[in-house]
Amino acid sequence: MSVVNLSYRTAFSLVLKRDLTIALRHKDDILNPLLFFVIVVTLFPLGIGPEAQTLSRIAPGIIWVAALLSTLLSLDRLFKSDHNDGSLEQMLLSPQPVFILVLAKIVAHWLITGLPLILIAPLLAVLLHLNEQSYSALILTLLLGTPVLSLLGAIGVALTVGIKKGGVLLSLLVLPLYIPVLIFATSAIDTAALGLPYSGQLAIIAALFFGSLTLAPFAVGAALKVSTN
Amino acid sequence: MSANLAANTEPALISASNLTCIREERLLFDQLIIEINAGDIVQVEGPNGSGKTSLLRILAGLSQPYEGEIRYKNQLINQSREEFYQNLLYLGHLPGVKGEMTAQENLHFNLTLHGSNINSGEIEDTLALVNLAGFEDSLASHLSAGQHRRISLARLYKSTADIWILDEPFTAIDKQGVHSLEQLFKAHIKQGGCVILTTHQDLLSFAPSQVKKITLDYMGE
Repeated sequence: MSVVNLSYRTAFSLVLKRDLTIALRHKDDILNPLLFFVIVVTLFPLGIGPEAQTLSRIAPGIIWVAALLSTLLSLDRLFKSDHNDGSLEQMLLSPQPVFILVLAKIVAHWLITGLPLILIAPLLAVLLHLNEQSYSALILTLLLGTPVLSLLGAIGVALTVGIKKGGVLLSLLVLPLYIPVLIFATSAIDTAALGLPYSGQLAIIAALFFGSLTLAPFAVGAALKVSTN
Repeated sequence: MSANLAANTEPALISASNLTCIREERLLFDQLIIEINAGDIVQVEGPNGSGKTSLLRILAGLSQPYEGEIRYKNQLINQSREEFYQNLLYLGHLPGVKGEMTAQENLHFNLTLHGSNINSGEIEDTLALVNLAGFEDSLASHLSAGQHRRISLARLYKSTADIWILDEPFTAIDKQGVHSLEQLFKAHIKQGGCVILTTHQDLLSFAPSQVKKITLDYMGE
């Protein structure tokens, strides 16, 4: 046996693999947010009525708001169980920089909750009579936007993980941060429906993505240190 | 307040100066000075709520003291974070064992995260050392609290860290297990490490003079 300095990549993949293993053995972590997403979206045609024109007008908003809520629902598991069983402490005490471990956990969270959303969204878009020209915009905004939801949400979870009933506080903290993504994503999809270029909105979401990708892991690391203090 | 008075050329493994801790507006300890050298075994004593866990968490860098600083080999621990954590093994109240993973996977993750390179044969041997032979592939959620603790304690057998900080390591461990842990501590301090632990039991394998004590009984104003 020898002591090795783990490279950032090995440390990253070690944590990623662990989180994915746990999620796959605990399938409701994957299924529940997805089912929630599907149910919320299907409630709207039932409540509003099946007119194709009304539905296609509000489809982008419905899909995106449902995506926000279902991400919010799944955020808690990001650090809660690790905090409760002491593995979070051990991660903070490892010689690896905390932001690498945190980034791995966020990527795992996105693979478990964000990716299935993207895969099922086109089906729900059909249900809502989304304009045909908008499909690519929907997928692109979800691809760039859902990682932002996981990254920003992680900051909120890290801040509230030490609080016994942090659920409501978490949504109050996190939902306002999601507003920019919601505005630009739905605007991109609406613009696409008119046949106009929507690269401007996409660029802003991409900027939000890269900004949060580079900054959020450090913020989460700092927040976790405060929460476990 | 254990201080090694002998003039030592080696810097103390872990030292703390003017350590003050306040929790919930209660002063737990004030201006505590600690110096722990290679070969020391230190038992932190005190009644429940006297701040034993707080002290261990502060020494491990998990909590910030109200006042004071911790040094590892004369360097502040937040300035030499990587080196300090490569040489620190902290086991708290919670075992850090995931129920969704097997005993073997848990130990492998915990060891690899802290920089040990270990193959699956060695992991099985290590689990056998803590009496978990035959449970390698059982999900940890099917094991008992004592067995969870054994999984986390198994790391001690493969640890290359100098400093062991153990919060109640004997909780839920049977007599035989306590004895073999004490033998392990003996071997560790002989190799130039140090052990800092809290326990309400006496360390039977050590002569009373060998165990240094830090007594926390400051009950505040």
